[in-house]
Amino acid sequence: MKSLRFAIPLIIFIGLLVLMLKGLNLNPKLVDSPLIGKPIPHFSLPELLDPVKTVEPEQFRGKVWLLNVWGSWCPECWREHGYLEMLSQREGLTIVGINWRDETADAVAMLREAGNPYTAIGVDPDTTAVLDLGVYGAPESYLIDKQGVIRFKQVGAVTPELWDNQLSALVSQLESEG
Amino acid sequence: MKACQSILFVLLLLIITPAFTAIESHTFDTPEQEALFKKMTEELRCLVCQNQNLADSNAELAQDLREKTYEMVKAGKSEAEIVEYMVARYGDFVLYRPPVKSSTLFLWIGPVLFLVIALTVATRFVRSRQSASEDPELSDEQLRMARDLLKKENQSS
Repeated sequence: MKSLRFAIPLIIFIGLLVLMLKGLNLNPKLVDSPLIGKPIPHFSLPELLDPVKTVEPEQFRGKVWLLNVWGSWCPECWREHGYLEMLSQREGLTIVGINWRDETADAVAMLREAGNPYTAIGVDPDTTAVLDLGVYGAPESYLIDKQGVIRFKQVGAVTPELWDNQLSALVSQLESEG
Repeated sequence: MKACQSILFVLLLLIITPAFTAIESHTFDTPEQEALFKKMTEELRCLVCQNQNLADSNAELAQDLREKTYEMVKAGKSEAEIVEYMVARYGDFVLYRPPVKSSTLFLWIGPVLFLVIALTVATRFVRSRQSASEDPELSDEQLRMARDLLKKENQSS
């Protein structure tokens, strides 16, 4: 026993090393959203392409839909845009956009240039709905089930890997739910 | 002269206080509200630049959250209500002072635990050193033998 005493600091050191290495590989941006499993907070935003209309989450009840927060100022949004377009066309996914802290002209120009994957787009220049959703950067996406409950949140772009590995299966599971 | 200068230098260092960005001008109805606003923005984390608080950060989201905090303080909300609002949206992570929960228990008792362990180890170490350095007790027999040995040594030299 006594001969092993010298090993105690070594064991503690190795333990700390393992913890720290693990910490290095964690992404500090991936903070669990407290909103998962909760109903989506209500918002009522003017429609980007037709400001007379409003966009509200209740309009999509009974559908599985993706809420995507974007802005023409956000490079990562440009990058994910094409894939969202593909998802809405090939997979028939309902994607609702929230155009955040953007100039209407810039946003419309982006849609004209890169296509429009959105069923509806709410405009939120003053960070009201976005704050209620606990967004801290763009792009962020929420997958919402037929009952209007948030089931998944993606911080950052929706990528082909994310769709293939997680979202695709989750969407079909939610589709089969009542 | 040199000593004077270095003392002055240290004193100058002391008067530098953290310069929180106060570009936005906020007016408050009462000093209590102002104190609450200051406290909240210093204790809430900016989610974009995670190692800064709301008061410190110039990120746009921090500005929005600061504005929201200001509105809530102005509307007479309590500290608990503001914290609840932020936690409901951003989770415990938004708090620089996390609540005591089973998942954060180690965070809270960890330092105390390590202090206790360190103190125990240190006390034991010091005690064992003390007892080792004390004069060893010799029996009469041993003393006699030592004396004989010394005597022999002297005779031979």
